[in-house]
This record gives sequence, structure tokens and C-alpha cells, in this order.
Amino acid sequence: MTTEQFTKPQPDVLYLRPTRGLAALNLRDLWIYRELVLFFTWRDILVRYKQTVLGAAWAVIQPVIQMVVFTFIFTRVAGSSPEGVPYPIFNFTALLPWGLFSKAMNDAGRSLVTNRNMITKIYFPRLTIPVASVLSGLVDFGIALLVYIVIILYYTFAPGSTFTFTFTPALLTLPLFLILALVATLGVSLWFSALNVIYRDVGHILPFLTQIWFFVTPIVYSSSEVSGKWQILYALNPLTGVVEGFRWSLLGIHSLPLQLIVVSATVALLILVTGLVYFRNMERTFADEI
Amino acid sequence: MDDIAIRVEDLGKRYRIGVAPERYKTLRDTIMAGVSAPIRRLRYGASPGYAGTGSSLIWALREVNFEVARGKVLGIVGRNGAGKSTLLKILSRVTEPTEGVAEIHGRVGSLLEVGTGFHPELTGRENIYLNGAILGMKRLEIERKFDEIVAFSEVEQFIDTPVKRYSSGMYLRLAFAVAAHLEPEILVVDEVLAVGDAEFQRKCMGKMSDVAQAGRTVLFVSHNMSAILRLTEETIVLEKGHLVYRAPTSQAVDYYMASGFTGAGERTWDSAEIPHEAAPFVPLALRLRDSKGQVVDTLRSTEPFQVEIEYCLDQAITGLRVGIYLLTMRGEYVFTSFDLDDPQQFIQMGVRQAGRYISHCTIPANTLNEGRYVLAVNASAFRVKRYFWDDHALAFTVDATGAPGKHWPEPRMGPMRPVLDWKIERL
Repeated sequence: MTTEQFTKPQPDVLYLRPTRGLAALNLRDLWIYRELVLFFTWRDILVRYKQTVLGAAWAVIQPVIQMVVFTFIFTRVAGSSPEGVPYPIFNFTALLPWGLFSKAMNDAGRSLVTNRNMITKIYFPRLTIPVASVLSGLVDFGIALLVYIVIILYYTFAPGSTFTFTFTPALLTLPLFLILALVATLGVSLWFSALNVIYRDVGHILPFLTQIWFFVTPIVYSSSEVSGKWQILYALNPLTGVVEGFRWSLLGIHSLPLQLIVVSATVALLILVTGLVYFRNMERTFADEI
Repeated sequence: MDDIAIRVEDLGKRYRIGVAPERYKTLRDTIMAGVSAPIRRLRYGASPGYAGTGSSLIWALREVNFEVARGKVLGIVGRNGAGKSTLLKILSRVTEPTEGVAEIHGRVGSLLEVGTGFHPELTGRENIYLNGAILGMKRLEIERKFDEIVAFSEVEQFIDTPVKRYSSGMYLRLAFAVAAHLEPEILVVDEVLAVGDAEFQRKCMGKMSDVAQAGRTVLFVSHNMSAILRLTEETIVLEKGHLVYRAPTSQAVDYYMASGFTGAGERTWDSAEIPHEAAPFVPLALRLRDSKGQVVDTLRSTEPFQVEIEYCLDQAITGLRVGIYLLTMRGEYVFTSFDLDDPQQFIQMGVRQAGRYISHCTIPANTLNEGRYVLAVNASAFRVKRYFWDDHALAFTVDATGAPGKHWPEPRMGPMRPVLDWKIERL
């Protein structure tokens, strides 16, 4: 017998018993399974563009076409060109976080049900699935950001263009707004994914909820068009703070709407925390209910 | 002495089942229930365990107690619905118990269904990594064992092909290979050996006894009694959610195979025994009749006998076939036969209308050897749905008096005892 066998640590003892009351958040579990989160993310990305002719080009085409459509409608028809910024840039700046949010909300909302055969067969922290859905949206966000840079360069160097991109210290705050976007996205995703396990209505609600959400977020217009007294109420939509933050950070459009962003960030955090608690509490019956 | 791998105390799991065909809850239902619940409570008073209209509670598992020492291989047998799968699901943390506690010492690896988490669009290589991670392996661990896994699965040439192009055998081999290399302290296996060819099954069995010999604990659920006998030393028998027997395997298998039979040559089902997914098929009775038409438990090998299945269809079913499996006491199949095995008849009876039926057939004389046999019932539409399945419906005895070769008082090998047309020619 080797010494290794003597020193081999006793395996941890696990007690499986019914849980009562509020479940502990137990995020350590998620940390232990961090590799699985990355594997799921990697799978979602790999699978998304398999057996498509254009492959990952779709990640470029989708936001660009959206932007072109909005530009056409809102400059030709409505004739607006807000804040002295070319409309495509104004619009695309908002589409960056919106694309991340709407895609992740729709993917993550369905993610648990899509992976039901795993959930009913194997144990792993269920949080890994919606978290991976959100993270895989980050890759599309990265691609869209590259497209954004190309558009900025085009407008800066195109002859006759009045737009110049200027580097300001505000640019350094962009990661903070990205984190805010992720917090809001993850919070909403957790809510919908857990709800969808029990109420399949979520699958029907998501498409038009996305549409409504799109229009109550200042994407095709500026939040300054919303009159003053409604602004705080308006900021309860966490995406408002995210979009205005992106615009301020990237384009330097008017002063930082601090009040609005604080409200949005608070709401986003609240959604994330309640989402986590709700998800954890529903998690124990996922395998039985799904 | 604390060399326990699993300790289970008063474990129970309660499920809520709909009386109506199961459907997803909708927000409307919940809102309506929320509105009407206080009213109902006022009317009928609050009673514990009251689950609202249209649903009832069943205990899939109740008051189960057992311990498994480290390094032991424990078999678990029981009929469908006895609670085997529920027990494994609790032990592998897929679902929570409703009461009691299970104490697990060490990492649990489960082979509840091989290939869970395989994605058809991903290649074999990609699926090994993904599946390994789902089963709880670290990336480094998978990398270290990658070659071994590929070698075991014998799919080297196709490792970079999407698994959707794999044959079912290749798919299965790869899936089992990943799971088998998990090296958990406790391995939970559910019926994986029911699939795959003989060579693959032999390999799986080998791998599983390796696991056991390496000092790990194995829980093995199977309907295949010969696999249970070969792999396990001790077996527990579950019946209707309760642990009813625990003994060295050969004793436990005998107990299980003999249990629950009325012994009267007839098996009937009452509504509580019929799973709700069987609807609209309602099994009523399975009977054995001797050549005189009597319902009997013991048949003579030299006489033909009848098997009849009586059932009701609440609605018409398309493509329904009702049939029997004949098994030996050790769980080996002797034959399978369906009432629409004749292609002509199958075409004519495309849709079986609602009503009450008897499907019956004659087993010719001189078919079975002496011994005890088990009949299983299956009602299904091929590749559509298995309505009803009872793999342990009825046991009966065959008496070989007067059968060929009976003048030599020795047991004959094999389940068949045909009269063959022997000729002896002198050359």
C-alpha cells in the first residue's frame, strides 16, 4: 500500500434533503462549474452558425440591416438627425447594447426548456445554462463593435462628412456601461428562463415584449425627447440608462445623465438579485416541472 | 467503521400528477387557481396535502432506508414505476427528496442515459469535451483521458465528424466511453446495457466490473436479471416505492421474480396501476388458457395453450399493436410476438376503433421446456408511442410430462423443447 492511499483526503460528504424556506444563493457552485459555463457558451456559439451558408457573417449582417432600415425610416420619413450626429451612428450606438440584451433575453428565456433532457438526467448548477446564453451574446456584441468601428472610421474620413470621432476620457467608462448592460440582461434572463420552466406562456410573450421594450428604450430616438417629468419614470427601464450611457461615453452627446443612470443601475441590480433568488428557489423543482 | 458510501434514511419523493392528461401550466390557470383557492378553502376547509382540483399526489418513493459500503456493487430491481429511477435521480442530485435524507460520500457519476447533452451538430471531439464537462470533469482531466476515450469508443476515423452522421452504435459507444472514464467514487447506472450490440455490451460490463474492482461504489439498475447476477453481490428490491427486500443477489432475484404474481394464470390491472400516459389504452387482463379453455397457472409442454390480452380503447388508436414478450425467470427473452405481425392484417387494421377487445393467440404444443416463465405485455404504435408496458405481468409454469426425451430423467438446457423430425439412416 502506498502512502498516497493513506494521505488521500476523505471525499466530501453531501447531504441531500428537502430544502425549506429561501434557498441560499450558493454562487460558489457556479464558480466550481465555471468551465462548464464556458463550454456551454462555446457550444452555443459553435452551434449557432453551423450549417448556415454565411456563418458568423450573420452577426454582422443582422445589426447592419437593422441600422439601415432605421436610418431610412427616421431620416427620410421623420427627417430627424439628432444632436448633430449622423443618424446611423446615433442609432448603431444604441443597437450595440440593445442587440446584446434582446438576443440574450430571447435565447436565455428558452434555454432551460431547450436543454430539458440534460436537466432531467444530470446534476449541474442550472444557473450555468442562462449565464452561458448571456455570455454567448457577448461574442456577437464584440463583432457588432467591430462593425461600429468601421462605421465610425467611414464617417470620420469620408469626404464632406462633418462628423469626427473624438477620444474623450468618457470613453474609459464604456466597460462600466457594458457591465450595467450585462447586469440588466442577466437579471431579466434569469427571471424569464425560470418562469418559462413552469409557464410556457413566456415563449409567446417574449417576441412582442421585445418589440415593446425596443420602443420604450431610446434607440431610434433620443431620451431628451421624453419630457422632463417623465424622465425618472422612463429611467425605470434599465436599458434607458445603458443606452444613454453608451451614447455619452462613445459620442459625448450632452452631459452625463447621471440621475437617469443611477435609477437604471439600481433597477438593474434589483432585477438581478431578485432574479437570482427566484431562480434558486425554482431550481429545486426544475427537473420535476420541466 | 465509517466506510459508508451512501446512507439513505426515510427517503421519500412525492409527485403531483394531473388526473387529466398532463399539460403545461399557463398563467391563466395559476391566476384562476389563485382567485378560486381562498374561496375553496373557505368552503372545504384547509386540509394538508390537498392539492387542488385536477391533480393528486403520489409517493414515488417512501420510507426507503439502506446503506452501501464503499466499493460494493448494489443491484436495484423492481417493476416499472417501483421508484428505481426516482431513487437514482435523487442520489444523482437531479431532483430533491420530499422527505428524509441521503448522505453521499464522494463524487457521483451517473449513467442515467448515455449521450445526454450530446449535440448532433458538434463533432465527436467537441462532444467529448462538452459531455465530459456536463458530467463534471475538468478540462485538463478530459484532455488527459481523451485518447483513452477515443480508443474505447472505436470511432477514431470519425472523431471530427458531426455526431448526427454517426450510426446509433457509434453514438452509443462514444457516449458510454465518456461517461465510463469519469472515474467517480460512486457510479450510478440505469439500464445502459439494454442497448447496443453484444460485443459492446460485453465491453461495458467489463468496464463496469473494472470500476467496481478499483474500489468504487456502483449502483446498478436493470431489468436484465442475468446482468444483475453477473455484476452485483447484493440487490435491493423496490415495490411501489418501498424497499421490500435486501439480500445477496441470487436470493433477491428469486424473490423479485416470484413476487407479485397471483399465480392463478390471470393478471388484472386496476386503475391505480395503469400509468396515465397509457391512455387511451386501458389494459384489463392477461390470461393463460389450456387446451380445454381453463384459466391455469401450469401448462403442459405437449399441449398447445392460449394467451389472451383483454383491453379497452377509450379512443381509436392508429397503428396500435398489442403483443407479448416471453421471458425466462432470469429475464432473458425467449420470443416477442404482436397481434398484427401479419403484414396483410396490419394494413387492414390501420386504425383500431374505441371499444373493448381481446387479442389472443395460440402457442403451439412442444414449444417450451419445463420451468417457470414470465409474460410481458406491450401495447404500442411503432416509432410513435408506447402506450403500455408491463415487463412482469404474469408468471407460469410449464410441465414437461410426456415431452420428447422425458424417458431420460435429466434437465434439458434451454427454454425451448421442440419435437424435431429426427431420422437415423444407416450408411
